[in-house]
Amino acid sequence: MRYMLLFHYGEASEESIGAEAMAAGMRAMASYAATLEQAGILVSGQVLRPSISSTTLTLVDGEPRIQDGPFADTKEQLGGVIVIDVPDLDAALEWARQAPPLAWGAVEVRPGAVHIEGGTWVASS
Amino acid sequence: MGRVIVTGETAAHVAERTARASYGRLVALLAAPAGDLQLAEDTLAHAFEQALTTWPRDGVPDNPEGWLLTVARNRQRDLWKSAAHRRNQPLEAATDAVEPLNDLEPDRIPDRRLALLFVCAHPAIAAGVRTPLMLQAVLGFDAAQIARAFAVPAGTMSQRLVRAKRRIRDAGIPFVVPGRQAMPERLPPVLEAVYGCYALAFSERGEGTSVAGEARYLAVTIAGLLGDAPEAWALAALLTLASARATTPGDRYLPLQDQDPGEWDRDLIAEGESYLRLAERPGQAPGRFQLEAAIQAVHCDRARSGATDWDTLCTLYTALVAIAPSLGSRVAYAAVLGRTRSPQMGLSVLEALPVERERFQPYHAAHGDLLARLGRHEDAVAAYTRASMLSTDPAVRTFLERRAEELSR
Repeated sequence: MRYMLLFHYGEASEESIGAEAMAAGMRAMASYAATLEQAGILVSGQVLRPSISSTTLTLVDGEPRIQDGPFADTKEQLGGVIVIDVPDLDAALEWARQAPPLAWGAVEVRPGAVHIEGGTWVASS
Repeated sequence: MGRVIVTGETAAHVAERTARASYGRLVALLAAPAGDLQLAEDTLAHAFEQALTTWPRDGVPDNPEGWLLTVARNRQRDLWKSAAHRRNQPLEAATDAVEPLNDLEPDRIPDRRLALLFVCAHPAIAAGVRTPLMLQAVLGFDAAQIARAFAVPAGTMSQRLVRAKRRIRDAGIPFVVPGRQAMPERLPPVLEAVYGCYALAFSERGEGTSVAGEARYLAVTIAGLLGDAPEAWALAALLTLASARATTPGDRYLPLQDQDPGEWDRDLIAEGESYLRLAERPGQAPGRFQLEAAIQAVHCDRARSGATDWDTLCTLYTALVAIAPSLGSRVAYAAVLGRTRSPQMGLSVLEALPVERERFQPYHAAHGDLLARLGRHEDAVAAYTRASMLSTDPAVRTFLERRAEELSR
């Protein structure tokens, strides 16, 4: 089954936490990625730029309205996602436990339903 | 061949006995391949219906459990293949994941209940629905019975159960017994939920006895299947020893101290004590259930010695409130302190409890007792009255009202 690990955490910058902490976080993420790759379960990974750089579209009276900022105005923001392919929830939770962002906030583990392969949607289980 | 022609009544009886004994075993087997509890329960219900129509006509099969499994399995396969089932899951065709069912020998049915219990009490399942799930999936109680025991509307309870089962399937919770490494984290919720099944017995007198009996049987089963989990043996001991004293008929309530030990079940006491010995790990700190079982054993020992060893009880409760400071354990500790040290000491423990105590019936009953001992009769009457208002059990209510009345004179 495919699972997406969604990392939600309070956004930090080099100014707010210091260059050393930032570098340590990046090192942890690099070694996590290498571990997932070695285990042969990594499908994809994406870390996002701060939510302040986000732009959100909604339909207002049938017309797309463009607004600056993220969809959810919360203290913790979606900061990145990783998709893994593992047998079951227990395996996914085991990998989530090792994710560095767990030290900064919450890791949501969500099963995939379908994904695109060769231009068509196929079941992710 | 190998069939005995029986009357309808006997076939129904065999079906019922098979249901009680093997419901959880069959659900565990049928649900595991696709992680689908709902489908397992539905196909098993269908198999029982079939049994009730064919057994009285053709005789009860030699292996009723195997017969039920085969019928349910075939039904499940038909459903997987049918368009009706695929409509509900638009993009999921029947996969090879269903094949393990083919390898099952109806004559040698493995016991996968333990895996099912770990599914019901998985950390990804909301704590409040774990006990109800066990009652339904493992013990075969229906949603209406469970709803009554939890004092919620039947519709609410079925909805919760349906949602939890859907979650098990969609989140991909595996039907496996966790490895040794995960056990310390995963076993306690399972034991808690089984304990929860037993505790229901106190809220439901009618259905209570059977729920309690089933919970005890589950606890003994878990301990036996795991083999070397001390807290599992301790829970089996706790529920067995408590069952040994549950012999008083339901229309009258007697506090433990006023019960006649001659009426307790000596075989169950001996059985409980043997489980407690299996829970002992010299040099290891006792767990919560081990302390609770030891407390039960001290009370049961009155049947042998004629007296209650209050000092030992006090030591055990001191340890229990240190590792599991629940409202219940702290109220019991206060009561024992009041008896062994002084009512005033018990009172100070009670008065330090958090505000939730106000809705907790045992708190008011213990409060009334300690106040009465201190000669504060008016306050004691108020506490007993409050306790009786919070009691759901008519027998307990009558007892508390009588206590209040005696003190008012």
